[in-house]
Amino acid sequence: MTQHHLEIDDLRITLEDAPLLELDAHIGPGEVLAVMGPSGSGKSTLLAWLAGFLTPDFQASGRILLDGRDITLLPAERRGIGLLFQDPLLFPHLSVAGNLRFGIPRAIPDKLERAEAALKQVGLSGFGHRDPATLSGGQKARVALMRLLLSEPRAVLLDEPFSRLDIHLRQEMRQLVFDRLYEAGLPSLLVTHDREDAEAAGGPIIDLTGQ
Amino acid sequence: MLRLAPVLIVTLLVGPILAGLAMAVLPAFGYLPALGGTGFGLEPWRDLFSQPGLARSVTVSFASGLFTTAVSLSVVLLFLAGASGSRLDRWILRMVSPLLSIPHAAAAFGLAFLIAPSGLLSRLISPGLTGWERPPDALTVQDPWGLSLMAGLIVKEIPFLLLMSLAALPQLDPDRRVAMARSLGYRPAIAWLKVVAPALYPLIRLPVYAVIAYATSVVDVALILGPTLPPTLGVSILTWFNDPDLSRRFMASAGAVLQLGVTASALVAWWCVERLAARLGRGWIDRGGRRQGESSLRLAGQGLILVACLTAFVGLGALALNSMAGFWRFPDALPQGFTTIHWMRALPSLTGPVASTAVIAVISTSIALALVLAALENEQRTRRHPTRGRLFSALGLLYLPLIVPQIAFLSGLVVVMESLGGRPRLGLVVFGHLLFVLPYVFLSLSEAYRRLDPRWSQLALTLGTSRHAAFWRMRLPMLLAPILTAMAVGLAVSVGQYLPTQLLGAGRVSTVTTEAVALASGGNRRVIGVWALVQAGLPLLGFIIAVGLPRLIWSRRRGMRGAS
Repeated sequence: MTQHHLEIDDLRITLEDAPLLELDAHIGPGEVLAVMGPSGSGKSTLLAWLAGFLTPDFQASGRILLDGRDITLLPAERRGIGLLFQDPLLFPHLSVAGNLRFGIPRAIPDKLERAEAALKQVGLSGFGHRDPATLSGGQKARVALMRLLLSEPRAVLLDEPFSRLDIHLRQEMRQLVFDRLYEAGLPSLLVTHDREDAEAAGGPIIDLTGQ
Repeated sequence: MLRLAPVLIVTLLVGPILAGLAMAVLPAFGYLPALGGTGFGLEPWRDLFSQPGLARSVTVSFASGLFTTAVSLSVVLLFLAGASGSRLDRWILRMVSPLLSIPHAAAAFGLAFLIAPSGLLSRLISPGLTGWERPPDALTVQDPWGLSLMAGLIVKEIPFLLLMSLAALPQLDPDRRVAMARSLGYRPAIAWLKVVAPALYPLIRLPVYAVIAYATSVVDVALILGPTLPPTLGVSILTWFNDPDLSRRFMASAGAVLQLGVTASALVAWWCVERLAARLGRGWIDRGGRRQGESSLRLAGQGLILVACLTAFVGLGALALNSMAGFWRFPDALPQGFTTIHWMRALPSLTGPVASTAVIAVISTSIALALVLAALENEQRTRRHPTRGRLFSALGLLYLPLIVPQIAFLSGLVVVMESLGGRPRLGLVVFGHLLFVLPYVFLSLSEAYRRLDPRWSQLALTLGTSRHAAFWRMRLPMLLAPILTAMAVGLAVSVGQYLPTQLLGAGRVSTVTTEAVALASGGNRRVIGVWALVQAGLPLLGFIIAVGLPRLIWSRRRGMRGAS
């Protein structure tokens, strides 16, 4: 398994000259850095900057290094950073397998087999032809996770991915997500306002409250 | 490439209009070297003002513009105020969209067949109520005051303004506003008029102006329902322009400039009315009345819109009845027999025009769609959103072909093309249609395009998909339904075009619309019935595909149903 590192180097984000956020961090392979804070503390802005979606209203200085390579100025699709949203966001026009294949890099052959194998890993064998709208919440979340992993990111951002799940499902998904990310050796950054989520990640926690 | 799209669209729309207007203004002052006019002078204007009945033409054009708009807008606002989501309301809303697709000319013929002295209405009440044994000698169609013309326009403009309002309403969150006002003791319809209507109007201002411009200058509807001696200004200009005596072109140009002035003054007059209404409305809101007139407002809204919709549909029924009628004596309500002979006779002559209508509509809509998609995709990628609702924004320019009277710049455009030696007639007609198809395709698609959750494209990009691939594999399929609807709108607009086909085709390109309108003067109701029905049916075909195809394709994708 390849080992990836994500570095956030001297980040400083301001909104209309008012400082919003400052951060320096190094995330090792399989490590999850949890960033906590109430709404308005700049969590989503941090994610947007890392993923490459920061709107021009914000000014940001600093660098993102992925495996030592500066990706700060690259467009979102070439950064190699995957994103797990609050909602599973399965494409409604594609089948479950179609959703998985959407993420698989073009150069990879036997996409069909890969998608099927991924479904098997999360206990969804034979679900490939299904309409995503017919899946349960937990099943959708698992498909979304596998779609992310199949896209072979080198780092992962988690945008409160458990906040919409009920308590029971939440435990299960946390376990699944963090295990998979660890196995894949991916550096991850989790954004949450839930301390339990942050602690379950088992890595360092940065609290943006009062920054 | 993508970045050029907005510039291309604006050039494509603004360029021909400015060129056309210039070539209307120059001959209006005597300058048109091709016809021997090398100096400037006021001769064309003297000719124009010596035309008998000019003042009457101008008055009818001006008044029908303002009256049509005022009535249509009032009916739409009253209906929306009183609409409570009842079954009747939902039924009315479902009836309105197909109404929008019916070309103006077909709707006008339908109305004429309904209200003519020997039309369906007078047959239904004769001789029982009226005692008429023969059609009364009254000018109910083509009346000198243009009342039937206005009625014909109102029937078509109500659906247009209603759908424009419905598209704008969601951003105002009308339910919350009304709920808030109701908690302060306002009855629902009063609440809507006081807290939603004032916010809605600025959002539909441009469509309202488009209605004014259209109604002051319309030609095809005026040929069918408008007064004849003298006709409306627009019709007169067309007659002069097509006169075998080419020297009348100068006067036609002066007329085109006058038309521009008439439309502009109608817009200014409306703007004054707008100010006045705003002031009076503010007083009405400030007085704080909460209940007075609630039920009559409701009743008026539903009643009026129902009358308008029914008129259009019964009119279509009248067309169908006429197209299949055998011997039909007055005052019988129904023909003595039905026959397919009118259809059989018309069939051979229908194929050519139907084919050219379809070719022109498909080509112009495809070009328009490609340009609109490119512009909208460019907007997404650069994250630049044009300001909405403002009069002089990029979007305002889109309305330019809808606000400058067709007859004013198209006649000038013909002169431009003639002096450039433009030969390819069909191509020219397609280009002319594009000027009107493009704005409607844009207006119809832009909301859905901009409203698509931005997280979908963020998701696609973080999965490593290129922007190009994300467009083809994600955005296009997810927006299939609204894209097909926009195409259907484009096709319907193209099918209904009369003036661009007639003028830019130099009368040599015949579509179902030009043929149907040309039949108006003949007065053979059986033949008109056939042609007008075909004209009404073609756009409907587009809408049936637009509604049916997504359901078929997404029959196994629950998340895509009702996603448009």
